[in-house]
Amino acid sequence: MTTLTHALGDSATMVARQLRHMQRYPSLTLTLMGMPIVFLLLFVYVFGGAMGAEGASGNRSDYANYIAPGIMLITVASAAQGTAISVAMDMTEGIVARFRTMAIARVSVLSGHVVGSLIQAMLAVAVVTAVAVLIGFRPSAGPAEWLAAFGLLALVSFALTWLSVALGLVANNVESASNLPLPLVFLPFLGSGFVPTETLPAGVRWFAEYQPFTPVIETLRGLLLGTEIGSSGIQALAWCAAIALASYLWARKLYNRDPAV
Amino acid sequence: MTQHTPGTAVAATGLRKSYGDHVVLDGVDLDIPAGTVFSLLGPNGAGKTTVVKILSTLIGADGGRASVLGHDVATESEAVRAAIGVTGQYSAVDGLLTGRENLMLMARLHRLGRTDAKRRAAELLERFDLVEAAGRPAATYSGGMRRRLDLAMTLVGRPRLIFLDEPTTGLDPRSRRDMWQITRDLVADGVTVFLTTQYLEEADQLADRIAVLDHGSIVAQGTAAELKRRVPGSHVRLRFTEAPSLESAARVLGGEADTEALTLKVPGNGGVASLRELLGRLDTESILPEELSVQTPDLDDVFLALTGHRSADDNARKANR
Ligand SMILES: Nc1ncnc2c1ncn2[C@@H]1O[C@H](COP(=O)(O)OP(=O)(O)OP(=O)(O)O)[C@@H](O)[C@H]1O
Ligand SMILES: [Mg+2]
Repeated sequence: MTTLTHALGDSATMVARQLRHMQRYPSLTLTLMGMPIVFLLLFVYVFGGAMGAEGASGNRSDYANYIAPGIMLITVASAAQGTAISVAMDMTEGIVARFRTMAIARVSVLSGHVVGSLIQAMLAVAVVTAVAVLIGFRPSAGPAEWLAAFGLLALVSFALTWLSVALGLVANNVESASNLPLPLVFLPFLGSGFVPTETLPAGVRWFAEYQPFTPVIETLRGLLLGTEIGSSGIQALAWCAAIALASYLWARKLYNRDPAV
Repeated sequence: MTQHTPGTAVAATGLRKSYGDHVVLDGVDLDIPAGTVFSLLGPNGAGKTTVVKILSTLIGADGGRASVLGHDVATESEAVRAAIGVTGQYSAVDGLLTGRENLMLMARLHRLGRTDAKRRAAELLERFDLVEAAGRPAATYSGGMRRRLDLAMTLVGRPRLIFLDEPTTGLDPRSRRDMWQITRDLVADGVTVFLTTQYLEEADQLADRIAVLDHGSIVAQGTAAELKRRVPGSHVRLRFTEAPSLESAARVLGGEADTEALTLKVPGNGGVASLRELLGRLDTESILPEELSVQTPDLDDVFLALTGHRSADDNARKANR
């Protein structure tokens, strides 16, 4: 039992450390929020007319509604990219070598990053959603649906953050740590995030229909805009659980190997 | 709380470590009594940090055994970690946190309550002369301040054995002396200190026992006095502008002449009386040296005496390999 209390206590200490870092170095958080906002504005104002979703061509608000879930997911993925960068940066710091020689719960160094990033990601999602609403996003969701949507985003964020922690550990420098998670940011484009999958070329369509982000986007869309969810909800949860578990085990294994420096 | 049963702080036999086919440690044996200062002396690349990393559970050895304060480093690493403090060669402070926050972080990780943590942090800031800088991010600290903070963080949990890996490399003479004083105070409290250094003088000043590490093996062990007996003493070095003066000086004083560099090495401790006598003898022969300097044995001389090669040649050889 005390092992668990120690693990929780040490993790809380590490989360506090991460939050301090974010507060001292806010530009990373701002950059992470910036990218999805730029995508949002670009798609709604520049491509919105041309790429309008079926039956919604030309209507800015309808297109904002269509892409908002994808943009929210990009926000979460972009925050995860930040995690990989900060983990890789942290591993080059002597302080982590110090943590390794201390009698603390080993996983706390990683869980501090995960929980810190989760908080950062949810903040970013809130800001980006607010911007989306400002430019025409009109969700029909009630409080319960909002809660479920944010709960799902938190789960996705949790899974992607563990994945990014592992990517940050496996990268041998900060630059590759920032590149490795990039595909996560672009996956929503190869799903139903910006155009319906039926409109995609055959090969891409097949990929789009089976990749993990599509059921997540469909579920978010269902919760926020009242479209059909079907089996997407359960698929989304299963993907999150699988990614989180596999990534956690991978990250833990990477952290426990002998450090290279 | 620092009461030790007289015993062994570190015992290691046959430690081996390689990276690829580069053998870094080739069978290192150590036996360090509790409550003493032990110094591992060696040039760049000798394997000092590797020894510290193995003993502090940061990396595993490929062969051999080691125990720290009675716990095996490989199988009881948690118990080892609970009893040691490590100040690594490279700064291990969190640059984005302030000095006080760094200490609070350590205190929380040692599971002190909030009040105790605050008290401990304040105490250490005071002791390491960091009170004024306590509210600034550690990234803004000077090298000496950062070293002090680093060591203060190591001490938060009152470890019984601390590792100091080259604690004074890169520090100015004053900060170096401060660091020495801090180390002496720790020893007075009964802490065992495992110190690595490249400077014979530092080992001489602080250590009860010194081991000289070269190429991953220990080539000599003993007290500073014992080691120095095996090293040629200090000498006076004279430089001349022309070969005839060098030759006549060598005739008068003896010593070792270098006809290329036009220098003469005369054994002697460089005391005022012996220098006056030496200059007097040159004067009566009307020989005027261009330059005079007194050389005390440094790590290179220790190396030459103990291993038969100079550490610098050695690094060059390694680079060619
Ligand atoms: N992770 C590693 N991978 C490959 N080689 C390594 C690694 N760590 C250390 N070495 C090599 O092992 C040798 C010993 O390194 P170590 O850091 O222990 O030396 P040191 O005595 O501490 O030197 P210094 O005085 O420069 O700190 C060096 O030649 C170094 O290049
Ligand atoms: Mg070293």
